[in-house]
Formats: sequence, structure tokens, C-alpha cells
Amino acid sequence: MTLALFAEQLLNGIQFGVMLFLMAAGLTLVFGVMGLINLAHGSLFMVGAFACASVAAATGSFWIGLAASLAAAAAAGALVEIVVIRRLYDRDHLDQVLATFALILMFSEGVRWLFGSFPLYLDVPPLLAGPIRLPGGLDYPLYRFAIIVAGLGVAAGLSLLISRTRLGIRIRAGEADREMIAALGVDISKLYTVVFALGAALAGFAGALVGALQSVQVGMGEPVLILAFVVIVIGGIGSIRGALVGSLIVGVADTLGRSMLPVAFGLLMDPASATAVGAALASMLIYVVMAVVLVLRPKGLFPAHG
Amino acid sequence: MTEPVLAVERLARSFGALKATDDVSLDLRAGEIHALIGPNGAGKSTLIKLVSGALAPDAGRVRFLGRDVSGLDVVERSRMGLGRTFQVSSLIPEFSALANVLLAIQARSGSSFRFFRPAMSERDRVERARGFLAEVGLSERAGVMTAELSHGERRLLEVAVALALEPKALLLDEPMAGMGPEGSRQLTRFLDGLRVRAPILLVEHDMDAVFALADRVSVLVYGRVIATGTVEEIRRDPEVREAYLGEHGP
Amino acid sequence: MARVIPEPALNAVLALALVAIPVWASLSGEVFTVTLATRVAIYALAGVGLNLALGFGGLVSFGHAAFFGLGGYAVGILAHHAQTYAPLAEWPFTIPGTQAMPVTWAVAMAASGIAALGIGALSLRTSGVYFIMITLAFAQMIYYFAISWPAYGGEDGLSIYVRGSFPGLNTLDPLQFFLIAWVLLMLALILSALVRRSRFGLALSAVRQNETRAEAVGIRPFRIRLVAFVISGMITGLAGALFADLARFVSPSMLAWSMSGEIMVFVIIGGVGRLFGPVAGAAIFVVFEHVFGGLTEHWQFLLGLTLLLIVLFARGGVIGLLAGRERHD
Repeated sequence: MTLALFAEQLLNGIQFGVMLFLMAAGLTLVFGVMGLINLAHGSLFMVGAFACASVAAATGSFWIGLAASLAAAAAAGALVEIVVIRRLYDRDHLDQVLATFALILMFSEGVRWLFGSFPLYLDVPPLLAGPIRLPGGLDYPLYRFAIIVAGLGVAAGLSLLISRTRLGIRIRAGEADREMIAALGVDISKLYTVVFALGAALAGFAGALVGALQSVQVGMGEPVLILAFVVIVIGGIGSIRGALVGSLIVGVADTLGRSMLPVAFGLLMDPASATAVGAALASMLIYVVMAVVLVLRPKGLFPAHG
Repeated sequence: MTEPVLAVERLARSFGALKATDDVSLDLRAGEIHALIGPNGAGKSTLIKLVSGALAPDAGRVRFLGRDVSGLDVVERSRMGLGRTFQVSSLIPEFSALANVLLAIQARSGSSFRFFRPAMSERDRVERARGFLAEVGLSERAGVMTAELSHGERRLLEVAVALALEPKALLLDEPMAGMGPEGSRQLTRFLDGLRVRAPILLVEHDMDAVFALADRVSVLVYGRVIATGTVEEIRRDPEVREAYLGEHGP
Repeated sequence: MARVIPEPALNAVLALALVAIPVWASLSGEVFTVTLATRVAIYALAGVGLNLALGFGGLVSFGHAAFFGLGGYAVGILAHHAQTYAPLAEWPFTIPGTQAMPVTWAVAMAASGIAALGIGALSLRTSGVYFIMITLAFAQMIYYFAISWPAYGGEDGLSIYVRGSFPGLNTLDPLQFFLIAWVLLMLALILSALVRRSRFGLALSAVRQNETRAEAVGIRPFRIRLVAFVISGMITGLAGALFADLARFVSPSMLAWSMSGEIMVFVIIGGVGRLFGPVAGAAIFVVFEHVFGGLTEHWQFLLGLTLLLIVLFARGGVIGLLAGRERHD
């Protein structure tokens, strides 16, 4: 394992982490403000990817596709919030899990009905194709680098939104005391719809970005959703900062684990066994990390509520 | 003098900048009812939580039956014999009054890890549960679900459940709260006879009950005990008068 | 006001219908119906396991596929070693594979029980949303492990060439295998009913409804919940073992999060917390899949819609609709 290879894997890990952050931020925001656990978040990721791929194919432009993915995901999110989600805020978590699981089934089959069972392909835009030369002489795919930059930009933007804008104040107040802000005259329903749509847009954005790296297919959102849950458990529910730290930990640990554990075991055993054992352990690694964090900090690293 | 049944030594607990409990020391002797009074926000509920184990103190100790129990949690202190009622009735909503008491008996006198015999068919335990209900006057309501009991009946049920633990000391958090005058009088008479079974640390706002029952009274204001003494001593204490009545005494 | 059917009567009808239909079908030569009924019984058993933790214990576990899959893989791995005549281990003594059902059932329940103990010990330190996410995550961990461990098929799964054996019965006869599943289901239901009324059930129900009160009388919620979780996992593991022998195939899909979701669907559609809820729910699910799956490949859309409507408007499930609210002692 050369230093260049390690650096590349590390960057891949950060890129993966940034993408997880986009998912986790939306999830944690919705839970923090509305107290709602939303399994259908992965479906919104999928909607963003499909919107981008299909619009990009139709118009020939990745960028129009990207805009479409944001619009489609936000619209889908708003629609779902108004029709279904707002009936769930007063329900217990079991009902929320079941209802949003039902939404996953409906979204998945709906998309399959519209687009068929075969995956769609999305090309990296020409502007971002090719490598970028990083300090130290490493060539890294420009597209992935752009994702890292975009993701960190979103993180900064979210942080500013929450700390500097009126919407942000309402979000923070809503996280602290839901009944109070209603009593103070804030239009709760509109606030919730906006927060939900914002989370959905973030998920759709992540889906569109990832669509160019792997194929766009039904069910692509759920594995990412579950990883986002792991991120939130590690980072602490309701905390954007926790989501960023957690997602970077998960992204880097998972990527480095997958590339390095088989190699590490190769030092101890034959290549075939090493690959098997290494791959198997790598797939379990982040869950082990999650378990360790839980033992030490049952409420995550940065619990938003004390 | 024998050691008190329950003692609190220099207990302190803050929430951020708020000192909810500030260097509090008091004790509970065998056979006594020690009332804890004070204006709203004085920290009475916090103190009860510290004594029962629901909250950990920042400083100080709690001693029960001669042991330092500061490191024990609610479950362990309960098993030692520290019974408690809640300011806002905290019962099992879908259980009958009888089942609520039976739960306490089951927890106190045996293991909950029995899987095959129906709990409600354990005759001797059910009889004992009925006994405790009869003591507080709820015999007729044994089969009624908690959710359908009146507020006053729930306050009585709380006491019955605490008794079923065969406690060595009782923490009663405003047992009269929300009860009408007749109910309060009956409960006062009942508590009067209870003190010989287990000493009571009684948090109450109902001054008639306090003056009728208390052997000693401690007054809590802003987290500190400003006076401890007999009912008469407290009534005459100028600091207490000022705290309660805003008087600036001579 | 709908006519309310007494729950015990409803339960008896469900139990008898579940056995009468396949018997009649078998006599009429309709083997496929018998297989469908076997799937109902097995799914119901999985649901009975989950219902103990979820409905009665209030533990929203979204990772019960872990136990279902581990039970299945126990059977699959033992069968694999028996089929290939390769022992499971040579040390400390030779452990051969086996396909004898009572043995494989015991191993399946032990495996899922141990997993439930480990997962429960960690997950039950948390509550609420954390608990849901963590049980889901641990099931995923086992799922990905099964995919990447090549010795037992990985993503492709394992085939079981011949169904396991049961002393005195011909397990290849669909009706006899169904009866095995049905009897186990009835035993699990009896166990479930006994547990609910027992001291343990009283404590578990109390912990679910008011943890503070339970602690105040001296009950330790963590221990009660952990035991419930382990029993729950073992029952679902047994269902997984039966499923492996029914399908004669195990694959990581038994461990997937969607399987966890499905088991929850059986429980909820039938009526969460109700004794025969999983039986009603599994029956409806299998019939739904058979009927609507025959009409359109997008039948899961209808399943999702039905589930959504039930959660929003008919919270007590089918048994809630027919038997009204649960009557307590």
C-alpha cells in the first residue's frame, strides 16, 4: 500500500462521508425539529437520483438535471409532508416507522412503474471529468473532489442558515420547545413543511451527485439511509455538527477499512482467505464503531439536548 | 441517640447556574413525620429525587438505614425499603388498582422471572394486595382500571402501592394534592396512624395537614433549609414568616 | 357500532381455519395452497416472536430479520455440512453437519438467542429512536457479513437439497411439514399467552407503560426487557429455521432490513400486541401477495398503501377492527 493509494482512499472516504452528511443532516434536522423518524428519506435520495438522470438524459445537461433533482426531491418532500407526514407528528415512533416504511414501498414501486427495473446511467459532467492535481503530485478525480467541496459548502451554508437567519432561529426554537413557538405565533405547519422539504432537497442532492458514481436504481437509497442512521447515532440526534463529525468518521472508517483490512490480513494469511476475512470484517467495521460509541456515549458524541 | 432512619448530609445539586439544592442537611427519625414545606420553586421535588435516587447529587450524601446509599439507584434504594409516592400520580394506566399493588408485592417479595403461572392467580399475594387496598379505602375499586379512577382515588392508590413495598421509610410528595377537604381529612387520619410502621418525609402544601401531622418541619427556600423545628417553633420563626408572608418582623 | 367478536372466539376461528384450509386443500390435491398455508404459519411464528418484544414489551425492534436469518442459516449451514460430508469442526471433537429437525431447531434457537442477548445488551441501553436505529444497524451488520463471507454462499446463498428429517414423519409431504409448522406456531402462541399472564408478563407490561413507576417499586427495566428480547429472538429464529427447510434455500435476503419490515407488517396488519395478531397479519399478507402479486408486479405499492391506511386510520389492525379494544384483567 503506497502513500498515494492511501491518500486516495482517504479522500474517497471523505467524499463518502460528505455524501452521508447530506443525508444525515436532513434526517437529524427533521428529528430534531419535529421529533419524527423518517424511513422514507432514502426514497427522496432515490427520487433525486432518478430526476437528475432522466432530465440529464433528456436535456443533455448534468447541471439542469441537478437542478431538477433538487426541485423534484423538495417537491416530493413537501407533498409527502402535507399529505402523510403531518399526521404523524403526534404519533409514537412505531407508527412513524411503519408509515414511512409504507412510503418506501410506495415510492419504490412507483419509481419502478415509471422507469422500469433496469438501472439508469448518469454521466459525470464534462466540466468535472478528468483528474485534479493535488499538492504532493496526487491525481484525484475532479468530480469526487467537487463533491467534497460541495458537501463542505452545504455544511457551512446549513450552519449559517441555522445560526444567522430567521428560519434558523425558528428551527432552533422549535428544537428546544415546540409548543412555545406555536404559542408565539410562528406558523408551525409551514415551518415543518419547509424543514422537511429542505431535508428532502439535501437527500435528493446527494442522490444526484452519487448517481454519476454508481448506477441509479430502485432501492439505492435504503443502504445509505441506514448508514445515515449509524452516523446520527454516533454523532447525536439533532446535532448538525454531530452529523458532520459522525459522517466523516463513518465515511473514512468504512472506505479505509474496505481497502486496508484485506491487505492487513494478507500479511497474516493466504490471499484468498485474507480477502474473505478482510472484506467480511470491513463490512462490520462501522457497526462495531457504532457499538463502541454507544457503550461510551449512549446519546452520541454531540447530543443536542444535554 | 440512635441513628436516624434516613439522613441527608450537605446535599447539593445545581442545574447550570441554578442551585436547586444548596447544602441541605436534615434527617428522619423512627416513628416521626417530618414535613418539608416551602414556597413554589424552593426545590422540594429536586430534594425528593435526590433522596429517592432519581437524581445524583453534585455533593453531599444520603444515608438510609445506617448505610451510605449515595451510589445506589432508584431500584436499589426501593429494594432496601425506601418507598415513594409521586407528586403527579404515576401509576400503570392499563392495570387495575389491584394489579398496581400486586406489581409492588411481586417486586418486593419475589422474583419477576416466573413465566408460567398466571400472576393474578397467586392467591396469597392477591389477598395481600387486597389488604393494602382496603387500608386506603379502595376495596370496592380493586378491579377498576387506573385510567378510570378519580384523581383522589389515584392519590390513595399511590399510597397503597408504596405500602405494599413494606417500606422502612416513606417519601410522600404532596399526597393531598388535588384532594377535596373530606378526602384530605381522611388521608390525614390515615397518615397519622402510619408513622409507627414507617417514618414519613412529607412534602406538602396543605398546611392543615402539616400542622396536624408533623413532629418536625423543615422549611426550604431557594434550595436551602432556613429552619427546622417543631410546628410551633416554625410558626414563630421570623425568617419563615418573611419567606412565606413577606413580613419584616420585629 | 360494529358487532364486536369476543377475542378468544376469534382466535379459535383463526387457529382452526389455518389448519382446516390446508387439510381440505391437501385432500383435494391442491398442493400449492398447503405451501401457502405453511408460509402463513412460519411468518406468523416470526411475528409471534416480534410481537412479544414489540407489541407486549414496547420494544420497537427493526432488526428482527437478524434472528430470522440466523435461524435460517443455522439450518442451512448444518445442512451444507451434512450434504458435503464435511464436518463443521474437527476439534475438540468431530462435529458433523446434520439435518435432523429437532437438532437444527435447537441450534437455530441457540444462535438467535445468543445474538439477541448481544444485540439486546447493547441496544437496550438506549431507548426511543436510538433503539430503532441501532437494532436496524446490527441486523445490517449481520446481513453484510453474510454477503461477504464466501464459505456459505455469500450473496448467492445456500441450497438445501433435501428437506430436514423429523422422527416418524415424512417431511417431504407438504401437509405433514405444514402440520409441524402449525404445531410449533400453536405452542409458541400458548407460551406467549402464558408469559403475558405470568409475573414476568406483568413486570414487562408495567415497564412498557411506566418505566419510572416500575423502577420505583424495585423492578429493573433493563433486565426484564433483555429477557423478553432474547425470548422474542429465539421464537423468530425458530421461524427462520422452518423457512429454510420450506424453501430449501437460505440467502442473505432473510437478513435484509426489508425482511425486518415485513415481519413488522405481519404484526401491525393483524393488530400489534394482540395474541393472534401475527396469525391474522401473516394470513392477510400471504393472500395479498398471492392475489395482487398475480395481478401486477407492483403489488407492493398496494401493500404499502394498505399499511399506511391501517397505521393512520385503523391502528388496532384487523383484530382491533373485529374484536374491539383489548380487554384487560
